Amino acid sequence: MKLVENADPTRQQVMQAIVPWTGRAHIIGLTGPPGAGKSTLTGQLARLLVKGGLTAGVVCIDPSSPFSGGAFLGDRVRMANLNSEPGVFIRSLATRGKLGGLSASTAEVIMLMDAAGKDVILVETVGTGQVEHQISHLADTTIMVTVPGLGDGIQTMKAGILEIADIFVVNKADREGAEATARDLAHMLDEFITGGWRPPVKLAVASRNEGTGEVWEAVQQHRLHLQGTGQWEQKRRDRLVRIMIDNVQAQALDRINRALEQDSLLQNLVRRVADGNLDPYAAATFVSGYLWQRQT
Amino acid sequence: MERKVVKVVMAKLGLDIHWRGVVAVSRLLRDAGMEVVYLGNQFPEAIVNAAIQEGADVVGLSTLGGNHAVLGPKVVQLLREKGMDDVMVIMGGVIPEEDIPALKAAGIVEVFGPETAIDEIVACINANVRQVG
Ligand SMILES: Nc1nc2c(ncn2[C@@H]2O[C@H](COP(=O)(O)OP(=O)(O)OP(=O)(O)O)[C@@H](O)[C@H]2O)c(=O)[nH]1
Ligand SMILES: [Mg+2]
Repeated sequence: MKLVENADPTRQQVMQAIVPWTGRAHIIGLTGPPGAGKSTLTGQLARLLVKGGLTAGVVCIDPSSPFSGGAFLGDRVRMANLNSEPGVFIRSLATRGKLGGLSASTAEVIMLMDAAGKDVILVETVGTGQVEHQISHLADTTIMVTVPGLGDGIQTMKAGILEIADIFVVNKADREGAEATARDLAHMLDEFITGGWRPPVKLAVASRNEGTGEVWEAVQQHRLHLQGTGQWEQKRRDRLVRIMIDNVQAQALDRINRALEQDSLLQNLVRRVADGNLDPYAAATFVSGYLWQRQT
Repeated sequence: MERKVVKVVMAKLGLDIHWRGVVAVSRLLRDAGMEVVYLGNQFPEAIVNAAIQEGADVVGLSTLGGNHAVLGPKVVQLLREKGMDDVMVIMGGVIPEEDIPALKAAGIVEVFGPETAIDEIVACINANVRQVG
């Protein structure tokens, strides 16, 4: 796993070898505003799964610092009693500046856990704009964890979360306004959803392990829905295509960057643009044409 | 190929609950470009399991109480047993001077007092961390 996290050259061989073993796990994304209780709920779900005789992989994603490139990955603190649980494997990942927010190796780490036979993989990400869209592509079931008194939450909803969340959890239901928030959400969903899967809204107090069973129940129902409508298989096919496209793009970008650094003709061009002797648009068109021609 | 990022697992050893410095140090290591997984309070078995799952390069243990003399070496021993020989273990906190030689003999790479400058810790990690992933 270290290999894929650090873009080791043998990564491709490893990934190619495991692809046939993937596709079995139920991949569940948990997203939502900072501090909503995602880690706490993830930990409770993992414990519930293990009690039920299943194995779980957990992936916790936190942002890398844009300044230092380092990261503080603190989600494991909320899952402390899972460290010695053999049925649960937890891996923390930093986003490493990947556009949109998901770590470049998230998909690979998920696939490795899947191939290793984990029944369920829980992926926690902070929900800020773009990220939840990416997670909804990777996951079979996306859970939006929110808290009473929407406030900023409303913004999150507007940012398109209604389309991508399959289950809503109003966590911290020990606080005032949880039921009102759940009702508001349900109303919004009523207006928005027109057939197909109707996302349920569940109340939970993750810190007291209340509502975990109901959330899991909803996850199971969503799985049945996916399997009954053929979407379970479709998602697996889409995922493989997406991985291919992502890798083509990454490899292309790599080659372009290398050419720009190493090709003397291109470097000359870069200098002319910098000196103001060539306009950047014309240069870009020339560079693209030059690169494609050279590579075919 | 990307530059290798150093991954550190940080924990408070055993039942120590008072020393908040470990979170501050974790954030400073982040600012030095490292990825720091913070575990909170843990015993050696759990720390080693987490280090394995995370693929850690470094394990940082903080301690205040008198348990460091046993629990610190225990972490090193468990890592060796699991074949994680190249994970470097460091300790920090309030540790009596006279205990340090025994900790180092047990395989703890370095022991830092509460006043240690972060640059010193960063330099120690960079000098000792395994170079290949
Ligand atoms: N009152 C109350 N507090 C809770 C509940 N669930 C979690 N918390 C607390 O809320 C805080 C944040 O919980 P986390 O699980 O770390 O939240 P998170 O969404 O993972 O946070 P980030 O990963 O930092 O975005 C912790 O102090 C939890 O103990 C709940 O149901 N009720
Ligand atoms: Mg969290």
